[in-house]
Amino acid sequence: MAKPLPADSVGLVEPQRAYFEDALPLDCGRSLARYEMVYETYGTLNAERSNAVLVCHALSGSHHAAGYNSLDDRKPGWWDACIGPGKPIDTDRFFVVCCNNLGGCHGTTGPSSVNPETGQPYGPDFPMVTVGDWVRSQARLADRLGIDSWAAVVGGSLGGMQAMQWSIDFPDRVRHAVVIAAAPRLSAQNIAFNEVARQAIRSDPEFHDGRYQSEGVIPRRGLMLARMLGHITYLSDEAMRAKFGRDLRKGKDDFNFNYDVEFEVEGYLRYQGRRFVENFDANTYLLMTKALDYFDPAAQFRDDLSAALDRVTASYLVVAFTSDWRFPPSRSREIVRALLDGNKNVSFAEVEADEGHDAFLKPIAHYQSVFATYMDRVALRVGA
Amino acid sequence: MSELRPDLQVVADWILPNTRVLDLGCGDGSLLRHLFETRRVTGYGLEIDPFNVSECVRNQVNVLQTDLDQGLSDFDDNSFDYVVMTQTLQAVRYPDWLLGEMLRVGREGIVTFPNFGHWRLRLYLALRGRMPMSGALHHTWYNTPNIHLCTIRDFEELCEKRNIEILERQVLDHTLRPRRRSGVLPNILGEVALYRFQRGAGSIL
Repeated sequence: MAKPLPADSVGLVEPQRAYFEDALPLDCGRSLARYEMVYETYGTLNAERSNAVLVCHALSGSHHAAGYNSLDDRKPGWWDACIGPGKPIDTDRFFVVCCNNLGGCHGTTGPSSVNPETGQPYGPDFPMVTVGDWVRSQARLADRLGIDSWAAVVGGSLGGMQAMQWSIDFPDRVRHAVVIAAAPRLSAQNIAFNEVARQAIRSDPEFHDGRYQSEGVIPRRGLMLARMLGHITYLSDEAMRAKFGRDLRKGKDDFNFNYDVEFEVEGYLRYQGRRFVENFDANTYLLMTKALDYFDPAAQFRDDLSAALDRVTASYLVVAFTSDWRFPPSRSREIVRALLDGNKNVSFAEVEADEGHDAFLKPIAHYQSVFATYMDRVALRVGA
Repeated sequence: MSELRPDLQVVADWILPNTRVLDLGCGDGSLLRHLFETRRVTGYGLEIDPFNVSECVRNQVNVLQTDLDQGLSDFDDNSFDYVVMTQTLQAVRYPDWLLGEMLRVGREGIVTFPNFGHWRLRLYLALRGRMPMSGALHHTWYNTPNIHLCTIRDFEELCEKRNIEILERQVLDHTLRPRRRSGVLPNILGEVALYRFQRGAGSIL
């Protein structure tokens, strides 16, 4: 890049690490004897320690939510549109923490880390992790950082599910929950898409039952297919039409009548898939999709979401996008309705947007306005 | 906070402290905020306009972006003391059905609407032969959101038909303040009508 960083960027940031030696019991019945978590922070923790905001990442996210790790970075962190000075999560007022979740592949202990018991990568031996496990590990990180209570826990998609879980599991430690483009649990269709993605990975001949690292290979085709499939569900029909239509690949004016890339959309998906394979681990992808499938806070309350949310004391902002068909507004309304049952403080915005599920990452005027206004209210309430 | 619009002040005066209020078409949330601050009322506002939704959030009002034409299915029977709808009845698709929804969800309903029977509007149509416009009704016929305008007499007839019991009526002048002798020819002299009502005896949800 080597050009000046934008004024509304958090600038250069360096990932930090925290080591945990106490075993973490997991929902699956197993436990992690020790682990490390990699995270980034932006802004400054105030003297009262009241201005901390936890940002939770989604399926393929990481701890790198905003700013640049090096001046050569081509792109900023994944949620740079919403985190920075003067942005909805204003780093002039808030101390923002974002960590890579357990099972991840960006530095936090996960399937590609070395298993201390064997000296080999965990691979398929890494335990299944759930949203609840992540929340508990994040709570330990909060303890380490001296944060008793978050001004807000914020996230989109799977990140929004973590915000929900936080408000249920640690009601005293969350003052506000911002749940964007999420759902109270996956639908059969959602799980079906996840299963196809997993089968694409697991049936790749290079998968080797998850021990591909020891074999020195990567289930490239499977992971690429999984990502291509996922990407379709992140976009709306309208967004794809606007972006690609039936345009032929650049430089072409006729069909080749073969299986090479004919249409722009094919080239785009293959490009996205290839790029993803370069910096994402297949076992992590499998784990993350399972965590999504298992997420269901109402399950322990006889499928009564209102009962699950009964202990919530946090105020909620729920945001959904009209063209999101992965987690459409009706799914967000389920969350809202359950909160209403308990007379909780909740506001809900249904943002008109063509971008589909991906809209939560985009700078859309109404979205940014309601999000920024809400965070402003959070800041006033916590004295940030 | 700026002073409450006079018609909203009348509505606020009807609402008892420590109650639960649902405000349909709550605008920027001024009424709810006023009620929170002065009467420790709790509740939610429903609003469709994105700008107003942000304004409600700014006003620290719980707001749910909702299209009233979709009804109040998010809300349980009898879950509010009052369901309020100010200056919105004439803009919804099924006003009669929505009044029923209000009384399903709330113990009492409060509505305000511009009275189409006001003498100025009658005169406007009679003399000019054109769709009446006024301070309260400043849209032209082709771009007005007001698709179900009614008069005080129309509204009361609907209430009668639907077994809705009117508890209180107030009519306002063009400054949106109560008329001193509001019992005199309300359908001719009242510019804005306010009603507080409940389910009539013997009616079921």
